[in-house]
Amino acid sequence: MDDFYHALKVSPDACTGCTHCMTACPTRAIRVRHRLATIDAAACVDCGMCLKTCARRAIFVEQDDFNRIFQFSHRVILLPTVVFGQFGGEVSEERIFAELHAMGFTRVVETDRAAGILAAAMRDYMARNPHRRPFISAFCPAVVRLIQVRFPSLIPHVIPLKQALDLSAIYARRELELAGVPGNEIGVFYVTPCAAKIAAIKSPVGEEVSPVDGVINMDFIYNKVQVGLTRHRDQPLPPAPDQEFLSPESIAWTLSGGEAAAFEGRCLAIDEIHNVIDILEKIENEEIPGIDFVELRACDHSCAGGALTTNNRFLTLERLRARARANDGRRREAPEGIRQHDAFLRERAPLPGKIFPRPIERLDEDMTVALEKMQKINRIMEVVPGVDCGACGAPSCRELARDVVLGKAKLDQCIFMRQALLREGLMTPAEAIEMAERTWGKGRFGENK
Amino acid sequence: MEFSYDIAGGDFSRAGAASSEVKKILKQLNVELAVIKRVVVALYEAEVNVVAHAADGVMQVTLDSASIEVVIRDRGPGIPDIALAMQEGYSTASPRVREMGFGAGMGLPNIKRNCDSLDIESTVGVGTTVRMVTFFNR
Ligand SMILES: Nc1ncnc2c1ncn2[C@@H]1O[C@H](COP(=O)(O)OP(=O)(O)O)[C@@H](O)[C@H]1O
Ligand code: SF4
Ligand SMILES: [Mg+2]
Repeated sequence: MDDFYHALKVSPDACTGCTHCMTACPTRAIRVRHRLATIDAAACVDCGMCLKTCARRAIFVEQDDFNRIFQFSHRVILLPTVVFGQFGGEVSEERIFAELHAMGFTRVVETDRAAGILAAAMRDYMARNPHRRPFISAFCPAVVRLIQVRFPSLIPHVIPLKQALDLSAIYARRELELAGVPGNEIGVFYVTPCAAKIAAIKSPVGEEVSPVDGVINMDFIYNKVQVGLTRHRDQPLPPAPDQEFLSPESIAWTLSGGEAAAFEGRCLAIDEIHNVIDILEKIENEEIPGIDFVELRACDHSCAGGALTTNNRFLTLERLRARARANDGRRREAPEGIRQHDAFLRERAPLPGKIFPRPIERLDEDMTVALEKMQKINRIMEVVPGVDCGACGAPSCRELARDVVLGKAKLDQCIFMRQALLREGLMTPAEAIEMAERTWGKGRFGENK
Repeated sequence: MEFSYDIAGGDFSRAGAASSEVKKILKQLNVELAVIKRVVVALYEAEVNVVAHAADGVMQVTLDSASIEVVIRDRGPGIPDIALAMQEGYSTASPRVREMGFGAGMGLPNIKRNCDSLDIESTVGVGTTVRMVTFFNR
């Protein structure tokens, strides 16, 4: 099976090998080696917890070169609602739209415009597949990946539909193609609040290729708009293209509770990855009877708390709520809008492929071997100190024990073990330092004689 | 291989913790997902029964590459009529327990459905022992 693409990268220059990200990672995907946090591609779900905890900003999200947009004569920018929440109330939506045009985009499409069509498709799927209850939303790519790696038994409960992002991309493209623009002249670029959406676009789960041509980080667009706003401060606003007001339901879609509010029955909305893990654990044990639908988002306060957002998430919510209030009852959509393409989009909504399990927990394919390995881990657990200090470069003693048994680490990475070996004369001080350097890097223990 | 976990009677906040630990182990052993699911559902119900009905208990797990055997032994009121307790919907749970979402009387029938062999021994006023066996390749 091909590997996951991950947009989260570690800068070797900025990383000091501190253990913050390693401890924060909910799938225990990070180890410190040679003074560098290294992320295990099979275990990473792109939730962005590491980026959020890194005080040195050593973890970043790789993005496409912005100038790639100019390879296309028609440049569409797909905007999640959360973008508007990044700006203070003094910056009008018209200004933001104008800046996006000024930086080179020929068409601005709000991704959440597809929320209504998606909600209808989800409702339809749930009605036709009652045996798949409780239904789990596929909204957050980090959650889908989390389910693949840690809760594969729940995959059948995930609603296998594309998301508003994909549908709006298909719509934007379709609209231009119907107007006679050749497909290869259309570039569709998505402004992402997180690494997970990038990963979902670069290696889509259950989809062959994404309809999106490139991704732009939300903080990057925010800065670019801010620069433009300063530069164009005294200029009159260019005539804004015809305004369509996004409905309050569509504005709420990416926020916590936005999906859950759209469906009948007992619907739960859960955000923040540890809360998500906790509820998945309970669903897997069938501890909560009678749930119909669960909305799960990796970030605290959903996409308002995405790793690439710039504003405080509570302020983001404030602005978006105000936007929803203002748009309530206003003209929702131009006659030639997305609703026109309802049937076309609904037909394309199902994921063409399967969501595969990618379990990371198993010790071995063969159960007999796995049992032996587990016994070895248990024996190691009896000798390691159990303080989970992280000095070995693994997030806990148990993880080190597991790594050792899987041949990915050495037991004398543990400083307690090294101390014992030194005392018994089984290791020289020089050897101990060499061992420590494998985790913490060279030149950190004074002169190595 | 053997593991054992203590179960505290009356501590609903921790109900399910032992079952989740067993689940983690089965996942590491690459047991088939459907089998893990059955085992965990059965264990969870049996664990909750100790929490809801007994004073305290111990979950003992014995594993090999063919099967898992779990014995849950508790000190508690015991079950006077096991056949009656096995009936769907039968429950002696207090209103307080029901308010917490437990006590639908589906626990024991659910356990029966989700393991390959179930054995219950109980002495009124002393306690209950539930023994469940599930085979991995069937
Ligand atoms: N470990 C136990 N100790 C004492 N009584 C028990 C125990 N397990 C089950 N019972 C009795 O059997 C009844 C049925 O159990 P169960 O089917 O799990 O339903 P519930 O727990 O919802 O009442 C319980 O109400 C209780 O009277
Ligand atoms: S909650 Fe939203 S911002 Fe956060 S990872 Fe999921 S999709 Fe991305
Ligand atoms: Mg019960």
